[in-house]
Amino acid sequence: MIFSSTFIVFKKQRYNKYSFATIFFLSLLLNANAQTGEQVIQKIKMKLEKINDYQAEGTMKTNVAFIKAPVANVKIFYKKPDKLLILNETGISFIPKGSVNINVNNVFVHMQSFDIIDGGTDSEGLRVLKLLPKDDTADIVLSTLYIDEKNMVVKRSKTTTKENGTYELEMSYGKYLEYGLPDKIIFSFNTKDYKLPKGITLDYDDGSEKNGDTLKNKKGTVEIDYKNYVINKGVDNKIFDR
Amino acid sequence: MWKLLKIELFKIFKRPRTYIAFGAIAAIVFLFQIALWFDGKTYIGLILGNIDTSFDFSDQFKTRLLNGYFVCFAVLNILLIQMPLLVALIAGDAIAGEANMGTLRLSLTKPVGRTQYMMGKFFASSIYTVSLLLFLAILALLGSIALFGTNDLVIFRSISIHQMSRDDIFWRYIAAFGYAAVALTTVASLAFLLSVFADNSIGPIIATMSIVIVFTILSEMNIPLYDRTIKPYLFTTHMVAWKGFFYVRSNEEGATIKGSIENLPAILKSLSVLLIYIVLFVSSAIWIFRRKDILS
Repeated sequence: MIFSSTFIVFKKQRYNKYSFATIFFLSLLLNANAQTGEQVIQKIKMKLEKINDYQAEGTMKTNVAFIKAPVANVKIFYKKPDKLLILNETGISFIPKGSVNINVNNVFVHMQSFDIIDGGTDSEGLRVLKLLPKDDTADIVLSTLYIDEKNMVVKRSKTTTKENGTYELEMSYGKYLEYGLPDKIIFSFNTKDYKLPKGITLDYDDGSEKNGDTLKNKKGTVEIDYKNYVINKGVDNKIFDR
Repeated sequence: MWKLLKIELFKIFKRPRTYIAFGAIAAIVFLFQIALWFDGKTYIGLILGNIDTSFDFSDQFKTRLLNGYFVCFAVLNILLIQMPLLVALIAGDAIAGEANMGTLRLSLTKPVGRTQYMMGKFFASSIYTVSLLLFLAILALLGSIALFGTNDLVIFRSISIHQMSRDDIFWRYIAAFGYAAVALTTVASLAFLLSVFADNSIGPIIATMSIVIVFTILSEMNIPLYDRTIKPYLFTTHMVAWKGFFYVRSNEEGATIKGSIENLPAILKSLSVLLIYIVLFVSSAIWIFRRKDILS
């Protein structure tokens, strides 16, 4: 009985020894393959640097509580390092401030101005990297990137600014994954209250604006569905002077 | 009846003062268009000032926003408040003017019933009102389109903004002008009713304007007590319902639904209220006139 129990303890110890060894070697192996935040950023940056310019066509939906606008056909122009223009066919679109952030390249261009903090992985398995500006006076307070390490693309980002609240960007990829360009983006932003004195508008009260309070301080979104990209075919600088 | 109407129209359009209204409309529209042509961006900036902390408005955006449809809406917003005065000038003169000149009794010696005579007068005033609106439509809509071109129309309400695509606007203006014709005919019928009581046209014209001004102020006041009790019954509350044709519905994602009107039943209700007022004013005028001793 004593013998058998000693044998079990011995076996357990041996088992634990092998287990620890396995875990130790595995972790060594994993650590060797795990990338630091800087490395991940560098890889995505290299991927995005393949793009000098692009123009894309698409549709844009503006969803703000106090705005009713038709779905717009838009053209998006980008040129290195951080020029971006969203052009509506009619020229009348409510484009939120900070819309330049819909171009994720913008973050990587100015990467040297940020300290990178590794936030591990989130519940969806996305690598979380937090970017803190080195300059205290910078408008950006904190930027968080959620990265798909398998495809080396940014899936989500959240940027908090001093002046214009928090922007969130969500991207879906498809045909242009190899360039790191999304097929669809949803850009969320804070809207301030909108109110014009009734004396100016001389509104007709048809009973539809009674619930005005529900329109206040809501988040707005701009959704762009990209139909196609024309990459590295040249974009004239003049187009950004509009 | 047609002959009577032709005579009354001849009387109206023969008078030089009839054309003062056309001249005034042309002057206001032209001055407004000139002002917006040269300094429209300041006007747009004033409206957008409320939300320019949340959105980027380029110069191109402001230029495109200031198109013919937008200018026409701005002109109508201002002019349709002043137009009752121009309508009252003619409708208030319909009976009182004849009494003042001493031609009323003479007119009634003709083999025409008093009801028919009054209807002829009222229809002539209504045709004058519609022609005034038609003139406004040509200058404000077609003139502005010629000067500023067309694009999407953006309407700024007190707590919401409605944008319509350019191919979804012209029909709204036709509907709005049609509605405005009914609204101004209501004022014409009020002036027409007041005209029956006076021997001088100044009285009914001033009385009509006073009523319109007081009612308009009450309609625009945001006092809950008036909102529930008085406002729904004032014809001035319903006169601005032409704007309802420019309020659009949106889907769940906030996108405008093409060809939609936000609250058509509300517009139809307002239209019915105005039609009831017209019937009430005109039938009262006829009823009183039929029983009146014509002394001048």
